[in-house]
Amino acid sequence: MEAAIQISDLSFRYQAQEPVLDQLNLTIEAGERFGLFGPNGAGKTTLMSLMTGLLPYKTGSVKLLGYELRGRDRKINSLFGLVPQDFSFYPELSTEENLQFFGAWAGLTKKEIREKTNELLSVLSLEKVRTRAVGKFSGGMKRRVNLAIAVMHDPRVLFLDEPTVGVDVQTRHAIIHYLKQLNQHGTTLIYTSHQLHEAEDLCTRVAMIDEGKIIINDTLTNLLHQHKQDGLEGLFLELTGRAYRS
Amino acid sequence: MFRLWSTIIKDLRILTRDKVGLTLMFLMPVVLTIVITSVQNGTFEMVNNNKVAIILDNRDADASAGGSASASRELVKTIEEAGMFTIAERGPYKNEQEVRDQMYKKEILVAVVIPPTYSQDVMARAQSVARKALKDISGEKNTASGEGDSLAPLQLLYHPTLQLSFRRSIEGALGSVLQVVQSKYIVKSLYKAINEENIPDSVESQIVGQQTEIIPVAVSRDGNRGNPNATQHNIPAWTVFAMFFIVISLGSSIVREKRSGSFLRLRTLPTHFGVAMVSKQITYILITLLQAVVIFGLGIFLFPHIGLPALILPGDITALVLVTLLCGWCATSFAICVGVYANTQEQANGFGAVSIVLLAAIGGLLVPSFAMPEGFRYIMKLSPLHWCMEAYYGLFLEGGKLGDILMNIIPLLVITLAFQVVAWWGLKRKRLV
Repeated sequence: MEAAIQISDLSFRYQAQEPVLDQLNLTIEAGERFGLFGPNGAGKTTLMSLMTGLLPYKTGSVKLLGYELRGRDRKINSLFGLVPQDFSFYPELSTEENLQFFGAWAGLTKKEIREKTNELLSVLSLEKVRTRAVGKFSGGMKRRVNLAIAVMHDPRVLFLDEPTVGVDVQTRHAIIHYLKQLNQHGTTLIYTSHQLHEAEDLCTRVAMIDEGKIIINDTLTNLLHQHKQDGLEGLFLELTGRAYRS
Repeated sequence: MFRLWSTIIKDLRILTRDKVGLTLMFLMPVVLTIVITSVQNGTFEMVNNNKVAIILDNRDADASAGGSASASRELVKTIEEAGMFTIAERGPYKNEQEVRDQMYKKEILVAVVIPPTYSQDVMARAQSVARKALKDISGEKNTASGEGDSLAPLQLLYHPTLQLSFRRSIEGALGSVLQVVQSKYIVKSLYKAINEENIPDSVESQIVGQQTEIIPVAVSRDGNRGNPNATQHNIPAWTVFAMFFIVISLGSSIVREKRSGSFLRLRTLPTHFGVAMVSKQITYILITLLQAVVIFGLGIFLFPHIGLPALILPGDITALVLVTLLCGWCATSFAICVGVYANTQEQANGFGAVSIVLLAAIGGLLVPSFAMPEGFRYIMKLSPLHWCMEAYYGLFLEGGKLGDILMNIIPLLVITLAFQVVAWWGLKRKRLV
C-alpha cells in the first residue's frame, strides 16, 4: 500500500534565514491517525505547509500518496483536505453557501455538493444554522464549519492544524468522534496541536519535531512504554525540555 | 465553467451583503452626479441666461450735473442693455468704503465705479481722435498734442470668492460695453466734424449698433449634436469616477479574503486560483456596467424632471457599450492590483480612495485638461481615468463612432493589461498563484 506521506531528505529555509527543516525524513502510512508535535517554532507549521503544497521546496522530496508535490498537477489537491487553525471560510455566507462554494472548487458536481452538504450538516449538527451567516456563529460552530469544508470532497488524507482550539468540551468530543469515524472509513489523519490529552485520544502514531528534525517517531503505546511516561505531556517535556521557546 | 459560475455567485452574494459597500458604489456617484451637474448647470445658467447683479456707482460729474449727453449715462444704458448684468444698487455713495460695505450687506459680488471725469474723458478722446482723423484725411501734418488720449480707469470691485474665470468674463463684457460707448462718441465727433451737424439716430445705430452676431456651434463628428451642457459633461465623467471607486469595495474584499485564510484554503483545492481572479473581474465589471446604466438612466429620465438638461446618448451604442466595458475592466484591474498589494483593509481603502481622487485630478476629471499646466498634460496621459473620459467625450460630446475613439481605447487597453500583469506578478510573489 502507498504511503500517505513520504518525505525524504527535505530541507527548507525561508529567504535569508536559518534552515527551518534540515534533511528531514518521515513516512506516514495510509490509514494512520498521525500526530505531529513540537514546541513553538520547531517547524510544525512549515512542515504542514510543505506537505500540503502551500510552500515550495527545492531540496528533498515530498510525496503524497505516491505523487511528488514539487511541480504537481493541481488535481492532486483533491486527494487531501486541510483544516487550518484559522477560520478559512467566508463569514458573510451561510454554512450551506460556504459548503456549496468550496465543494465546487473541490471539483464536485451539483448533485454531489447537495448530497454531501446534507450529510455534513447532519453529522456535524449544523442543520439548524444552514442558512445563517457563519460570521455570527459561536467558536465551536465555526470549528465544525471549518472541518466540514475540508471534508466536502472525501479526501484520502486530512491535515488538521489545531482543529479544536477554543471550543468547549462537547464540541471537542464531537469533533474527535467524527475524525475517528472518518479514519475508520479510510481517511489518513495528520494532526498537529498543543492539546496533548486530545492527541492521546486521537493519535495512534506520534512524531515530535524540534529544531527542524524529527526527534521521535513511533506508536503512542511504544513511546510511552519506552520512555516510562504515562502521558504525552510528560514525554513532550522530557524530549524538548522546560525552557521557553519562541 | 461550474466552478467559475459558483465563484461568481459567491462574489455576488458577498457583495450584496455589504450594504455600506453597495451604498458607496451606487448612491455616492448618483448624489455626486446630481449635485455637481446641478451646481455646474447653475453656473452655466447664471453666465448664459441669468444676469449678474452689480452695484453701480456713477461718480461722473456730467451725470450728476444732469447733462443729457453724458457718456456715463450712455455707459449705464449700454451695461443694462448688454444682457449680462442687472443693476441691483445704484449710488451715489460717499466713498469706495461705502460701496464695499454695500457689497457685503447686499451680498453682491461685483461693483462698478464710474470715475468722475468719465464723460469728460470720453468726449475729449473722441474729439481728439476726430481731429487727428480729419488732419490725416486733409493731408495736414498732425501737430495735435496727446490731450484727450488718456482715460481715467473704471474701477471693478469684486468679492474675493469670485472665481478668476468668472471675473475675466465680467471684465470682458464690461470691456465690450466701454468700447461700444467710446466708439459711439468717436463716430459722433467725426460725423459732426465732417458734416457740422449731429449724427442722426438712425445713422448712429447703423454704424455703432449693428454688430456681427456670434453663433456658437459645437463641432461634433456626426453634425447633429446639440450644444454641450453640464449633463453631457458630467454624466460620463462621474460615471468613470464611480467605476474606479469600486477600488474601495473590491480592494478591501481581496485583502479580507487574503487575511481570513479563504485564499489559503483555495490554494489547497484542485481549482486554479486564476478562477477566483476571473470571477472577481466578471462580477465587478457587471457592477460597473450596472453603475453606468443607473447613472445614464438618471441623466435620461430624472434630470429633465429636476430642471437639468436630459442626457443624450451617443449614436453609436455599440461603441458606448464597448467603452463602458473597457472602463469597467480597467477599474476592476486597478482595484485588484490595490487589493493584491495592500496588507490591510485600511491600506486598501486609504490608498484606493486617495489614488482615485489623484488619478481623477491629473486625468482631467476635476479640472479640464486644456486648463492644466504644460507638465501635467504629459502626466495626465498616465491616468486611466483620462482615457476613459476622453473615449466617453468622443462619443457623448463629439458624436464620434468607434473608429473615432480608437486612439483613446488603445492606451486604455494597454494600461488595463499593465494592471493585470502587475496584479498577477503580485499574486505570484505572495504565492497565491
